[in-house]
Amino acid sequence: MRDVAVIGVGLTQFGELWEKSFRELIAEAGAKAILDSGISGKEVDAMYVGSMSSGRFIGQEHIGALVADASGFSFAHVPSTRVEGACASGGLAVRQGYLAVASGMHDVVVVGGIEKMNDVGGTSATETLATAADQEWEAFFGATFPGIYAMIATRHMHDYGTTREQMAQVAVKNHMNGVLNPYAQYRKEISLDAVLNATMVAYPLGLLDCSPVSDGAASIVLCAAEKAKKYTNKAVKIIAAGQASDTLALHARENICTLQATVHAAKMAYKQANLTPKDIDLAEVHDCFTIAEICAIEDLGFVKKGEGGKAIDNRITTRDGSLPVNTSGGLKAKGHPVGATGVAQVIEIALQLRGDAEKRQVPDARIGLAHNVGGSGATCTVHILEAM
Amino acid sequence: MGEAVARFWREIPQRYNFMGNKCGSCERIFFPPREACPFCRRKSMGKMQEVQLTGKGEVVTYTIIHVGPEEFEEQVPYPIAIIKLEEGPQITGQIVDCSIDDIHIGLKVESTFRRIQAEGYTGAIYYGYKFKKCE
Amino acid sequence: MEEVGIVSYGANIPRYRIKTEEIASVWGKDGRSISEGLGISEKSVPSVDQDTATISVEAARAALKRCAINPKDIGAIYIGSESHPYAVKPTGTIVGEAIGATPDLMVADFEFACKAGTAAIQTCMGLVLSGMIRYGLAIGADTSQAAPGDALEYSAAAGGAAFIIGKDQIVARINHTCSFTTDTPDFWRRAERKYPSHGGRFTGAPAYFKHITSCAANMMNHMGTKPDDYDYAVFHQPNGKFPIAVAQKLGFSFEQIKQGLIVSFIGNTYSGASPIGLSSVLDVAKPGDRIFVTSYGSGAGSDSFDLTVTDAIKDLKRKNAPSIAQMVADKEYISYGVYAKITDLLYWE
Repeated sequence: MRDVAVIGVGLTQFGELWEKSFRELIAEAGAKAILDSGISGKEVDAMYVGSMSSGRFIGQEHIGALVADASGFSFAHVPSTRVEGACASGGLAVRQGYLAVASGMHDVVVVGGIEKMNDVGGTSATETLATAADQEWEAFFGATFPGIYAMIATRHMHDYGTTREQMAQVAVKNHMNGVLNPYAQYRKEISLDAVLNATMVAYPLGLLDCSPVSDGAASIVLCAAEKAKKYTNKAVKIIAAGQASDTLALHARENICTLQATVHAAKMAYKQANLTPKDIDLAEVHDCFTIAEICAIEDLGFVKKGEGGKAIDNRITTRDGSLPVNTSGGLKAKGHPVGATGVAQVIEIALQLRGDAEKRQVPDARIGLAHNVGGSGATCTVHILEAM
Repeated sequence: MGEAVARFWREIPQRYNFMGNKCGSCERIFFPPREACPFCRRKSMGKMQEVQLTGKGEVVTYTIIHVGPEEFEEQVPYPIAIIKLEEGPQITGQIVDCSIDDIHIGLKVESTFRRIQAEGYTGAIYYGYKFKKCE
Repeated sequence: MEEVGIVSYGANIPRYRIKTEEIASVWGKDGRSISEGLGISEKSVPSVDQDTATISVEAARAALKRCAINPKDIGAIYIGSESHPYAVKPTGTIVGEAIGATPDLMVADFEFACKAGTAAIQTCMGLVLSGMIRYGLAIGADTSQAAPGDALEYSAAAGGAAFIIGKDQIVARINHTCSFTTDTPDFWRRAERKYPSHGGRFTGAPAYFKHITSCAANMMNHMGTKPDDYDYAVFHQPNGKFPIAVAQKLGFSFEQIKQGLIVSFIGNTYSGASPIGLSSVLDVAKPGDRIFVTSYGSGAGSDSFDLTVTDAIKDLKRKNAPSIAQMVADKEYISYGVYAKITDLLYWE
C-alpha cells in the first residue's frame, strides 16, 4: 500500500439547477478538478463515480460509461465504474479511488459524485430517497426517510434528554457556515425560532431539520502521494479510508441511537491513521437531518454518547469552537445532491487543509475528517486527510 | 404494476401471520426470517426453524409522519413506531386506533389486520399488520 | 338428525363514527328529524385501511380467540358481502390465509345484498351436517357504499361478524333454518357502478316487510312456536324503524329485540347487520335461551334461524374478544370532510 494524495478538486454550484443537465454537471465538476490538479487528461488511469439513484431521478443507468463519455474520456477508453451506497455513494467512490491508487494498480484516478434530483417532482424525490431504507420492512408500512431519522431523534430525546432546540441549533450553525460558501444552496442565516416553528415533516423533525433536495456534482483527482509534487503544491494526503456496514433497517439494531457503521468505520480509520478523535482539527459529518449530526459527533468519538446535544449548546462545533463541524454548511445548508455529498465533504476538508477555504477558513487546520452515511446508517465511510 | 404482486405474495406468511424463524444453535428469534443466523452463521445452517410470533410488543421509538408517501397521504398525520415484539425481534409498523397524544415509548401494543397499500385503483391491494394499543 | 350450530363467534366494528346531524348539515337538511325518522343517531365509518377483508379477518380471529379450535380444522370459508374489495379475486382467501386455515379448504365469496352472511351460515350448516367438513366459517361483513346526498348516506355503515359452524362444542344449536325468496328489485348495484340504487318506498312493504314476515311465519309454522317462546329476536336492521315495526307485526316485543338492535348506534352494516345483532345477543345469552333471527337481503329474500343456547356457552371464552357493546362504545367522531376523504367521495382522475 502506498500513500494517496488529493491533488485537485472541483465543485459545481449546489441547488435547484434547472438549466443544467446531469451530463453538464458531472463534466463541469470533473473538468474543474482536472484543471485544479495540473494533470493532463491523458494521464487519467481510471474513474469512479458515486450516484445513488440516477435510474429513478433521470431514468438513466450505466453511469460509469456515461460519465466517461460526458467528460471526454470515451475515446481514451478509460475504465470508469459507478459505485452505489445510497447517500454514501460519494464516500464509497472516494474510497474505491483511494484503494485503486494505494494498491498500485493506478497512478491517477478521477473520482466523481453526482445527483440530479430536481428533474422529478418533490414527492418522487422523497420516495426515491426512501429506497435507501428497507423497502419491504420499513417503507412498505409507511415509514418515510425523515421518519426513520425522526425515530432516532425520539429515542435520543428519551434516552439522553436531547431537545428539539439542540437539534435546531445544528441547522442554525450550518446555515451560518453556508453563508460563507459560494457553492452552497442556502447562503442565508436562519433563526432558532424559524427552525422550531417550521412545518412538521416527521415529529420531532421539522422542515428546517432536513437537508434539501439538490442538484450538484463534485470531483477530485487522486494520485500516488510520491508523484503529487510533479503536478501541484496544493496536495493533501488521505491518511485513512474506513468503511463499515450495518443492518439495512433501523429497527434491526440493538441500539437505535448509535450508528454502529459510523463507530466501526471511524475505528478502522483512526487505526489506519494511528490517531484518536482528539487529533482531528475539523470534520465534515453527514447531517442529512439535524439529529444525524448529533449522533455523528458522538459515534465518531468527539464527545461521549448522549452528549451530542450538549456539545451544540457549548458551541464546540461552531467555526470558532474546538472542533469545527460542517464548515461548508453541511448537507443542511450546502445542499445534499446525494451521490455528490461524500466527494464534496472531502473537497471541503482538502480546501481547509490547503488554506483555500477563504472566509470560512479554520486557522491552522492540519487534520480533517469526512464522514458520509448511506440510509439510516447501513453504510458509512470515514476518510481522514492531512495537510502535506 | 400487476407484475409486482409476486414480491408481496412471497411475504404473506410474515405480513399476515408474523411467521419468523429461530436459530437452532443459539435460539435467537428473527423476524422477518433469515436464511442463516448472523451470529452463528454456518452452525445455524439447516437448523433455522419456523416460529409464529404473537404480534404483541412495546414501542421502542416512534415518529408522527406529517409528510407521507402518496399511498399514505390520506392518513397524515400518522404514527410509525419501532415495536419490540415479545419474542425479541424489532419491527416497524403503523399505530392505529388511538390518539397521537397516547403514543409513548413503552406503550404496549398488539397487531391488527389492515390494508397497507394498494396499487392505485386497478392494482392489487396489500394487507398486513399494523398495531393498536393493548386493552 | 344430528345437531349443528354455532361453535364460536366474533365481530368487528370500525371506530370512526359520523353523526346523522353532521351529514344532514352538509346537505341543508334537518338532522334531528332525519335522525328520529331513521332511528339512527350515528353510523360507523371504515378508516382508509379497513375494508370487508380486514373486518372479516378481525371478526374471524375474534371467534378463534374465544374457542380452542385448530384453524386447520376449518373446511370452508364463505364470506357474504356487497363490498368485497375485489370484484374478481376472493375475500375468503385473504381470511383463510390470515387465520391459518389454508390450504385444505373450500372458499367462495357470497353476495345476496344484506343477507349474504346468513346464507353463508346455511351453506356451512349443510356441509357440516353432510360430514363434508368439520367446521365452517361463515362471515357477513360490509363497508357499505352510499352516493353522496342519497338517503342511504345516513345509514350505510361498516362492520361484520363471523360464526364458526360445527357439530361439537356447540354454544348455540341451530334448531332449524328456512328461507323465503322472490325476484323483487327493491335495491341493487349494477356491475361496475360505485353506488347502489333503490326503489325508495318500494323497499318497504313489498320487499323488507313481506319477505321477513313470510319467512318468520314459515319458521314458526315449521317449529310450532310463537313469538313468546323466544328470549331474543334479531331482524335485519336497515334503519332503527323497520325492525321495530316488523317485530310488532309478527308479535315480538321491543324487549325481545332490544339486545340485538344495534343499528341506532352504528348504522346499517348490510351483510354484517343481522350477524352483528346475533353476536350482541350471544354476548349476553345464557344456557337455554332461545333466539329467533330473520335476515333480509334485497332482490329479495329472507333467512330465518331458530337457535337454542347450550351449556357450552359457559365454557366459551367470550371475554377473549371485545363484545359488541364495547365496540359500539369505542369510537371517534369525524367530520363530513374527513368522511368524504376516507370513503373516497373525492376521487378524481
